[in-house]
Amino acid sequence: MKNNNALLPLLNPLSKDNPVIVQILGICSALAVTAKMEPALVMAISVTAVVAFSNVIISLIRKSIPASIRIIVQLVVVAALVVIVDQVLKAYNYEVSKALSVFIGLIITNCIIMGRLEAFAMTNNPWNSFLDGIGSGIGYGIILVIVSFFRELFGSGTLMGYQVIPQSWYDAGYSNNGLMILPPMALIVVGCIIWVHRANNKDIQE
Amino acid sequence: MSTLKNKIDDKIKPLFEKGGKYEKLSSFFDAFYTFLYTPNNTSKSGVHIHDSNDSKRMMIMVVVSLLPCCLFGMWNVGYQHFLGAVGSNPGILQCFIYGFFAVLPQILTAYIVGLGIEFVIAQIRGHEVQEGFLVSGILIPMICPVDTPCWMLAIAVAFAVIFVKEVFGGTGYNFMNVALAARAFLFFSYPAKMSGDSVFVSLGNSTGIDGYSGATPLGQLASSAEGDATVTGILGNPLSLSDLFFGLYPGSWGETSTLCILIGAAILLFCGIASWRIICSGLAGGFLMSVLVHNYASPLYPVTMLEPLQQIMLGGFMFAIIFMATDPVTACRTNIGKYIYGFLIGVIAILIRCYNTGYPEGAMLAVLLMNCFAPLIDWCVVNANVRKRMKRAVEISK
Repeated sequence: MKNNNALLPLLNPLSKDNPVIVQILGICSALAVTAKMEPALVMAISVTAVVAFSNVIISLIRKSIPASIRIIVQLVVVAALVVIVDQVLKAYNYEVSKALSVFIGLIITNCIIMGRLEAFAMTNNPWNSFLDGIGSGIGYGIILVIVSFFRELFGSGTLMGYQVIPQSWYDAGYSNNGLMILPPMALIVVGCIIWVHRANNKDIQE
Repeated sequence: MSTLKNKIDDKIKPLFEKGGKYEKLSSFFDAFYTFLYTPNNTSKSGVHIHDSNDSKRMMIMVVVSLLPCCLFGMWNVGYQHFLGAVGSNPGILQCFIYGFFAVLPQILTAYIVGLGIEFVIAQIRGHEVQEGFLVSGILIPMICPVDTPCWMLAIAVAFAVIFVKEVFGGTGYNFMNVALAARAFLFFSYPAKMSGDSVFVSLGNSTGIDGYSGATPLGQLASSAEGDATVTGILGNPLSLSDLFFGLYPGSWGETSTLCILIGAAILLFCGIASWRIICSGLAGGFLMSVLVHNYASPLYPVTMLEPLQQIMLGGFMFAIIFMATDPVTACRTNIGKYIYGFLIGVIAILIRCYNTGYPEGAMLAVLLMNCFAPLIDWCVVNANVRKRMKRAVEISK
């Protein structure tokens, strides 16, 4: 039982308190980067790294941050981490970095990050904050990967860039669904995930 | 007749009622039973208007009003086919038979998929099957190109029924016109199969005779570079106003004939199903906008060079105004709101058609857009009225 409680910050955001489908945060980037799986994965990892480490840093200095300027302090920390992630991506995965373009920079405005800093890191110790950050990042990442899986499969017929739907289908008259590539369909896929999730978790139904 | 009904009541009905053998299939039975016979149970609570014209009868009247368009469309499919493939017209019957079998798979697909989903959902939710799909099922194939593959249609119908209608609570709660939502889904999902010159005429195995081009009139204009505003039929013959009026040109098969649409409109208006306010203001909006764009016609936007009457009669404009905009569920409820709603549909349809060269026809998007704004228009109208009366009351009390 004790063990369970210690890991609660890590496990909670995965399903019951998922940042995207329960708290409805970070929807904007979930729509923008999920047309293909690869950028979605990279985005998920980047956000996880930024949330986890900004949570730790803010948690470490939480007692010395004056309440009146705490948002500015948080923003400085997050911005520094985002710049580091951006530079790392540019150095090691330039193609994906180009595909994600401005959205890496926009991690700084991702509501999940500010939300976790304000709601969790400001009042909890560094280790729990770290777990919470990892959990939130993965919870966000799972949704991104699921959404991008369906969008890439039906929109482009590929997964992670590899052709999955065989050429013989296309010859028989199958064609890719153009709407899947467009952002509205991401919203509908997220809606479906929420639908399934709530149907399975009666306690979070309003 | 009555003996048959008695037999069904006595023998078959109990099987489907609570505790019966086929209790799980009760909504199936109920659907067919009330479709065939007037149900003899009435509402028990509150004050209700008792009228034999329930929503099933209403939907049937809409289907009846669609019949002229539907029959003409089938004939026109055959006519365009023989014109394009062999260059001759073999007679009314043969054209009709060809067209009938060309569109039959689509109609069947739409009904089977749509009604299948309705039945399953009715069963899950434990209510009776709602009749809304009766009209959508025939409307969806009518507003699609004749060569739309059936599997695409099936996906579009499933999408529209589930995400536009059932998710919001079923018939009567859809926030957008279901048929148009299916059309829009197809349009954005499979643009190659929903526009261009190869989908609107069913050629079969033939590649078309010399000089054949399957582009719709609006499609021709949208892609004409030199700003030539004559619209032609599939063999290059210029289309006269009467051709447009009768609908002898390629297009989504149900929507070409203005004459048949007007017959349908007369039936709808006679039965009091469609709102004349929406129809009149829609036509007025479209016509005024056509006059306006014709005044500022420019070769850059070739569609603006059409005469206003041509604008009204071409493409899906008339069909959208008569059959789509007047859908009582998605239109405005207030009378003033109806004028605004219809007028804006007309204006926006022509506007999109003329100035957005990516979309040859704007009627679909105009109706969907105004569907979304209809509640807002109603809200404004109601609140304006509340304010007006409040002001009057305050003045009187002074």
